[in-house]
Amino acid sequence: MTKQQISFVLNGQPVEVLVEPRELLIHTLREQLHQTGSHIGCETTHCGACTVDLDGKSVKSCTVLAVQVSGREVLTVEGLAVNGELHPVQEGFMQEHGLQCGFCTPGMMMRAYRFLQENPDPSEDEIRWGMSGNLCRCTGYQNIVKAIQYAARKLQSAEGA
Amino acid sequence: MATSAETLEREDRLGGIGCSRKRKEDPRFIQGKGNYVDDIKMPGMVYGDIVRSPYAHARIKSINKDRALALPGVHAVITAEDLKPLNLHWMPTLAGDVQAVLADEKVAFQNQEVAMVIADDRYIAADAVELVEVEYEELPPVVDPHASMKPDAPVIREDLVGKDEAGQGKRIHDNHIFTWEAGEKAATDSIFDGAEITVKEEMVNPRVHPCPLETCGCVASMDKIRGDLTVYMTSQAPHIVRTVVSMLSGVPESKVRIISPDIGGGFGNKVGVYPGYVVAIVASIVLGRPVKWIEDRIENLSTTAFARDYHMTGELASDREGHIKALRVNVLADHGAFNSHAQPTKWPAGLFSVCTGSYDIPNAYVRVDGVYTNKAPGGVAYRCSFRVTEAVYVIERMIDVLAQKLDIDKAEIRRRNFIRPEQFPYHSALGWEYDSGDYPTALDKVLEAVDYEGLRREQAEKRARGELMGIGLCTFTEIVGAGPSKACDVLGVGMFDSCEIRVHPTGSAIARMGTITQGQGHQTTYAQIIASELGIPSEEVEIEEGDTSTAPYGLGTYGSRSTPVGGAATAQAARKLRDKARRIAAHLLEVSEDDLDWDVDRFKVKGVPGQEKTMKEIAWAAYNDVPDGMEMGLETVEYYDPPNFTFPFGAYLCVIDIDRYTGEGKIRRFYALDDCGTRINPMIIEGQIHGGLTEAFAVAMGQELVFDEQGNLLSGSLLDYFLPTAWETPKWETDYTVTPSPHHPLGAKGVAESPHVGGIPCISNAVNDAFSHLGVTHIGMPHTAFNVWKTIHSLGLDKRDQT
Ligand code: FES
Ligand code: FES
Repeated sequence: MTKQQISFVLNGQPVEVLVEPRELLIHTLREQLHQTGSHIGCETTHCGACTVDLDGKSVKSCTVLAVQVSGREVLTVEGLAVNGELHPVQEGFMQEHGLQCGFCTPGMMMRAYRFLQENPDPSEDEIRWGMSGNLCRCTGYQNIVKAIQYAARKLQSAEGA
Repeated sequence: MATSAETLEREDRLGGIGCSRKRKEDPRFIQGKGNYVDDIKMPGMVYGDIVRSPYAHARIKSINKDRALALPGVHAVITAEDLKPLNLHWMPTLAGDVQAVLADEKVAFQNQEVAMVIADDRYIAADAVELVEVEYEELPPVVDPHASMKPDAPVIREDLVGKDEAGQGKRIHDNHIFTWEAGEKAATDSIFDGAEITVKEEMVNPRVHPCPLETCGCVASMDKIRGDLTVYMTSQAPHIVRTVVSMLSGVPESKVRIISPDIGGGFGNKVGVYPGYVVAIVASIVLGRPVKWIEDRIENLSTTAFARDYHMTGELASDREGHIKALRVNVLADHGAFNSHAQPTKWPAGLFSVCTGSYDIPNAYVRVDGVYTNKAPGGVAYRCSFRVTEAVYVIERMIDVLAQKLDIDKAEIRRRNFIRPEQFPYHSALGWEYDSGDYPTALDKVLEAVDYEGLRREQAEKRARGELMGIGLCTFTEIVGAGPSKACDVLGVGMFDSCEIRVHPTGSAIARMGTITQGQGHQTTYAQIIASELGIPSEEVEIEEGDTSTAPYGLGTYGSRSTPVGGAATAQAARKLRDKARRIAAHLLEVSEDDLDWDVDRFKVKGVPGQEKTMKEIAWAAYNDVPDGMEMGLETVEYYDPPNFTFPFGAYLCVIDIDRYTGEGKIRRFYALDDCGTRINPMIIEGQIHGGLTEAFAVAMGQELVFDEQGNLLSGSLLDYFLPTAWETPKWETDYTVTPSPHHPLGAKGVAESPHVGGIPCISNAVNDAFSHLGVTHIGMPHTAFNVWKTIHSLGLDKRDQT
């Protein structure tokens, strides 16, 4: 199949890559750009393990064609920490034991990252609803909720400062 | 002797047993730096994808590979014909049966592996799968295990026709696999015949799937020049896999290296050896290049592993006060098309005979018949010890049925039948020796915490108003930590586990175990054990597992084995080193060993303050100044064969409100008290309990692999197979008591499966309790809104008031 050159911004860096028109973004990220932080749990848009941020929206990268991100900005878990400093969402997951096997975690954190910008001061129910596109088989979500509350507090106090 | 503040501070710094240490594995996972099987890339790597049968039962008339092979980028199409010369088209199973690696002339379940395509990338492989032309002749499928045992049922396993044995005892029908019995049949029958009260109920534990978020897969790499085979694999048991791979492939075990890297959840799914692994390995051997095979979610749900599918009839005999006199259980076990159950070889029904539960039941008899059907093989213990969820379900449901019949409160009937604390070690009628327990204390603590009386009052008021509210109890006992090698083996290898510890000259250490973490946090908790036992801060102890070339042989992580067996090995290994350290300290301090006291992280000379040697100093000395005749170094390995299983237990309570018009159930409260003996890391324990309860919630409320009459799987994707989200999942309240195991070096018992085992019957009991005043004795799982509504509707409860 003929390939096509696309360029986009990945975690703040411009990238160029040759893709088939049918290639899914998750495969481009993982196989071609070696960013294996985003995972594949279903390839049918159910699990959210592949969640990344595309131009300020959460998307499931197993349901986005690579060609669709041409000229746009993609943020993955690899871009979450800035200059070696963990993002409050990452810190929250670690502090509140929001992960076990870690497989859902990158997608979960990318969703939480965006969710907290949509709703900086969420109630527990709002968190549970806002995160309901991401499945976790290990944690039972209770500590994921706590992790997001931790991050919300931390982000808000940084804002207030 | 009072512990000084200074000692406490040193203890604190160690980060040992009992502290909620943050997890060592988290930094890599939260930064996207995990290393899962699908993350592995090797030069020259190609991809395998599997051609699967659309039919549940059919003869293969022909396979044409030509069009697939003509596609650029395709390297091979492998079928049973190609595996035959290597004698690898069938493989032995852990249960004494054989399983087709690739379908040999016939398929026996939908999505069965027919061929593997090897291509340059996964897109080309997927295209080529479509181009392999397979001609089938359909055969009548058998989906229901009862139908399978009918005299004229179609024969599922033609390869076994005329054989009265399939590896686990006598067969009585072409579709029959084994009969397994425990207990005294005649004695139990006679108690039933003369009993004041008997109850009987049929119940099914539906076929479900563990469905970890990461599917199964491997990267197999044969280095033809060195003759080495390396396989990265999603395996919960890499060492036994190495043994099996060596036996199957003929490559010496010393030349086979299995690596389980980071594993994205297992829950039993990753115990088995699946055809995809085997063909990928063969392909790599044939092609001489690395082959990656990763199943997709549909393949995962439909072919690798399933759990339960137990069709049980439970019976209890008691006196009028509800004192149970006997238990009788008959089970029809649907094992699918091949008996490739992953469980200790001599236990065709796993540890099901723990089904007398937490109760002192003097007589019991169970019989389990395994049968073939045209469904996927590969039964596993889904977040439980082998068949323990089924066992706990039958007894916990039946005791409620008995309470209902006698109109005794469901907490009270449990109290009347509990094994009493002073009866431990307790010998059950079905042959187990329970190590320790205190059931009444656990139950009372829960009842008090939730104000049980108050809840029952509220329920009575609601019932008077026609509302549906259920209170479910479950006071379970698990049996985990397989197992004593005298009782348990896998293909002849005893079920011990191991730990090797190497203390470096500057006092830090590395330890390797035969187990493998899949999210349980071993890198954190094992280091805590070593910290407490050896006085080396847990931060300075690296834990490695999963590489058969470096870790000592062990049987892996499933059935809550890690803490009971691996954790015990770790403690024992650390103690061996501490003994050596004591001898070195005595030598350095020029005193006798008996003059030394161990104090957190050092040896002190009794009664001489300041005369002491820290572990750090001793470690250094171990490499340059040891007593005469002592071997240098500070390193050891322990293979621990447990004297018994451990028996964690708990008391759970669930409150559910059910909408009488829609059947929707909402769990308002779930209180889980667990007793896993000594607690190593409370934060991790709590996390495991949340996770296990959530998986219990999934099974009780929605999970089921549903088949139509043709054997088509109707719930084979995440669209149809229920995985709860954060939105549906209830909030969990946890609590604990501590009753140490007397035979485990640390007193620990294992915990991560208890919430699944105990949670399922608890929720199911709550749903049933909501209807028990209406004469309903048993409603089966899953308790989806639609299923519950069917009960409501049949009782006419959903009629709206006309007033
Ligand atoms: S892999 Fe994209 S949603 Fe599951
Ligand atoms: S931590 Fe394992 S799936 Fe979420």
